[in-house]
Amino acid sequence: MAKLVKTKVEVEGEVSEEYALVQEPLTTPWDVEEELKVVGKPVPRVDGEERASGAAHYPSDIRLPGMLHAKFLRSPYPHARVRRIDTSRAEQLPGVRAVMSKDNAPATPWNNKRPIFDDVARFAGDEVAAVAADTLTIARQALRLIQVDYEPLPFVLDPEAALHDDAPKIYPDGNLLDGEPTKYERGDVELALAEADVVVEGTFETPTQVHNSLETHGSVVTWEGDQVVVYDSTQNVFGVRDCVARWLGLDRNRVRVVKQFMGGGFGSKLGTGKYTVAAALLAKRTGRPIRFFLDRTEENIAAGHRHATRQYLRVGAKRDGTLLAIDLRSYTALGAYSAWGAAVGGPARELYNCANVRTYEYNVFTNIGPQSAFRAPGYVEGMFGLEILMDELAGQLGMDPLELRIKNYAARSPLNNLPYSSNGLLDTYEEGARAIGWDKRQQLDRTGTRRRGIGMASQIWGGAGAPPSYARVQVQSDASVTVITGTQDIGTGTKTILAQITAEELGVPLDKIRVEIGDSEWGLYSILSGGSMTAATVGPAVREAAADAKGQLINLAAQFLQVRPSTLTLNDGVIRGVKRRRPIEKRLAEILGELGDIMVIGNGSRAPNPDGVAIRTFGAQFVEVEVDIETGAVRVIKVVASHDCGRILNPLTTSSQIEGGVLQGMGYALMEQQIVDPKTGVVVNPNLENYFIPTMLDVPEIQVHMIDRADPNINNLGAKGVGEPPIIPTAPAIVNAVYDAIGIRFRSIPLTRDRVLDALERQQTSDIRQQTGVSG
Amino acid sequence: MPETPIYGPGRVPVKLVVNGQTHLLNLLPSETLAEVLRGELGLTGTKVVCGMGDCGACTVWLGSKPVYSCLQLAIDCQSQPITTIEGLKRNGELHPVQQAFIADDAFQCGYCTSGQVMSMAALLERNPDPDEEAIRSAVAGNLCRCGAYPKIVRAGKRAAEMLRVSKEREAPGE
Ligand code: FES
Ligand code: FES
Repeated sequence: MAKLVKTKVEVEGEVSEEYALVQEPLTTPWDVEEELKVVGKPVPRVDGEERASGAAHYPSDIRLPGMLHAKFLRSPYPHARVRRIDTSRAEQLPGVRAVMSKDNAPATPWNNKRPIFDDVARFAGDEVAAVAADTLTIARQALRLIQVDYEPLPFVLDPEAALHDDAPKIYPDGNLLDGEPTKYERGDVELALAEADVVVEGTFETPTQVHNSLETHGSVVTWEGDQVVVYDSTQNVFGVRDCVARWLGLDRNRVRVVKQFMGGGFGSKLGTGKYTVAAALLAKRTGRPIRFFLDRTEENIAAGHRHATRQYLRVGAKRDGTLLAIDLRSYTALGAYSAWGAAVGGPARELYNCANVRTYEYNVFTNIGPQSAFRAPGYVEGMFGLEILMDELAGQLGMDPLELRIKNYAARSPLNNLPYSSNGLLDTYEEGARAIGWDKRQQLDRTGTRRRGIGMASQIWGGAGAPPSYARVQVQSDASVTVITGTQDIGTGTKTILAQITAEELGVPLDKIRVEIGDSEWGLYSILSGGSMTAATVGPAVREAAADAKGQLINLAAQFLQVRPSTLTLNDGVIRGVKRRRPIEKRLAEILGELGDIMVIGNGSRAPNPDGVAIRTFGAQFVEVEVDIETGAVRVIKVVASHDCGRILNPLTTSSQIEGGVLQGMGYALMEQQIVDPKTGVVVNPNLENYFIPTMLDVPEIQVHMIDRADPNINNLGAKGVGEPPIIPTAPAIVNAVYDAIGIRFRSIPLTRDRVLDALERQQTSDIRQQTGVSG
Repeated sequence: MPETPIYGPGRVPVKLVVNGQTHLLNLLPSETLAEVLRGELGLTGTKVVCGMGDCGACTVWLGSKPVYSCLQLAIDCQSQPITTIEGLKRNGELHPVQQAFIADDAFQCGYCTSGQVMSMAALLERNPDPDEEAIRSAVAGNLCRCGAYPKIVRAGKRAAEMLRVSKEREAPGE
């Protein structure tokens, strides 16, 4: 009998209470010490051959007969009124099949309650119209024939400037999301700062980081009978299904969303795209399949990014290093549409044991493209300021930076005083320090023109997973197994771990198992793939379904063999037991084969998370860098990434995720930034030529250290998520290592050569001044 | 089929040999090799990410040389055979580089993988005993946003080893 429960759900740092319908669980967590057969092993991906052979079909590869190509017309101005739009010449171009603009699009509200094509453009790149044509070339030509009468308006790019009374208003009721900052306060921060022996403060700035997933955002939409089918590069097939159903006024079972493979998302593909809805509307209008994919420029200006921040941070401590107060005021540049700001104050609120904490987060609309979730949104930005200032505090106190962190370790969650379900933070410190040679860092060479240094930073994040998630394990009469659930693999290896979990629980070989995900048509709901939730959400449901199927198989075999079920086991696809003191051994396939076309169907759902504990992932990264003081180049030599995410389901794919997170964090620290021209409001580097991401030649040695200890107090796997944690500490660890190398404390990234050279020059000038006694 | 290509105007006959098969096509002279492979021939293993020579996702072989197919006009590719990721199998078996990519998990989303594999395999065809630097520089023009780079290096080493072993088996005592 299914039960209705209320459960806490955390997505991308935001916690909410939700209902979930769950069954009485059949499984209990595997023993912490238990050596499992398949789970925890470095199993190569079950869909590896498709990826390596070019056979994998990505949404952008879909070609359908009669398919049209669609493009958006985008505003050249960062802020403008769209007074009049004339599409008649475009419509007359041969090969153009439909043009959609504010004059003929449905009025259904899109983001921020504005229509899909509004009469105001709010960033350079905002969608003004859409065209569907026989070829991409014709669609592009048609865009040039649309005449728009724009009235340019004043615009604002800086989030703090956008709060001034005389700033251009992007929305009638002002530029501050919700009209006030998100406020959090515990204790008395002002009093604690006044009483502190040492107070350090700083202003930190982080850049706009673009996901630049290699596959751009896009969909192919077609009608099949009374159902609309959407092939979408999405992290959320059910979210897209529901949104398209709403827009077209269809029941959810009339919309099918398919995503077998996708070329990256990193959080930017959690929502439904305007291109998807536009493609669905155009497909309806033209009766033809529509392919609507963004190009690389559009991907950079209009498909989401990590918002830039400015953070004013103060930290007060006692002489012995005890933290007394943390005070953060942060401003995030949301862009023109995003209706949420990421939790920049998260690390300040929960990383350390500190009685007095205040965070005011101002999420501000600005005239650039909308921000979206980007791998650990908010925590990446917030950890940057906090962990650099912690190092500075250690310096002021004459303490080892690691000692300072250990001293302020929070044994219970500072947010609610609950104990953690498990917490390996101290282990990750110890492990990381040992692996990098933390105690020997004084011996590094800092004399020549290439100076070495070591730094570190901590990590905290969610990753608990949550209901609802449903799974089915079907056993066919040849004993092959199909696992069906509604999640999607965004590149992490989801299919593989689900196959491993099934093999382990059911007792059948891995190569007999096929996992079907990424298709809303299977109907088994599962939450979006974000917030490091997939493994810990879907995995437990699949294990439940496998346990259900196994129970039925044993029962069935017992009836067939005329023995008691309790005497039978199922392992490696073989039923074993005892009958009248004689051992029986029979392949499952043999038994089922004699029963005709029967089928065993096991169902499972994700049980709620336990009450009374805080569930978090923890980690620390230690970095060695080399700074060339002649060229300003910062080179990362080595990264030790030490993380505690509970039980590791597959060390091979887990280490891939950790390495990937580290490299994106390294890009953030050293080279990535979207640049907007302050005069025109236009992005000047909307491509991979001028927006730099790490290449093979930038890659340091990365040592992955997984604590790999099952958390007995969470779900039936003992596993937490790992997708986002590894990007969180990288940037501050690099900046702290640079300080160790050259004695300069950077408060803004990326550490481009010009920035480093400037700082070195200023350092030299002030050295000379100090030596010669000149002040000022 | 003329010896020197006709450059239009309008569609022109083009003969391409792709993965050992000859295709007679009528193409616009402005069409890139990448567009033709993906659109006309349905060989979608080759990806287009930037379309301007920045990422290497579109890497195929022209003869034995890896090239960015987004920067080649199809009409200019008539004199040499073209190999794409779909044509890398030998006797129905994956190329050692493909096998090594699977074994070492040298991908996450997999969207850059075809390009990485083509670049790496081209290196091993001409230099069966590469050091780590050669492996890295072979794929230095192939971006991977997922950060599979460390595993790609590992896979390159494994593939080189596999090729060496299989060569020794073919020619024992040499
Ligand atoms: S698509 Fe050819 S180099 Fe990027
Ligand atoms: S595997 Fe995703 S871009 Fe390389």
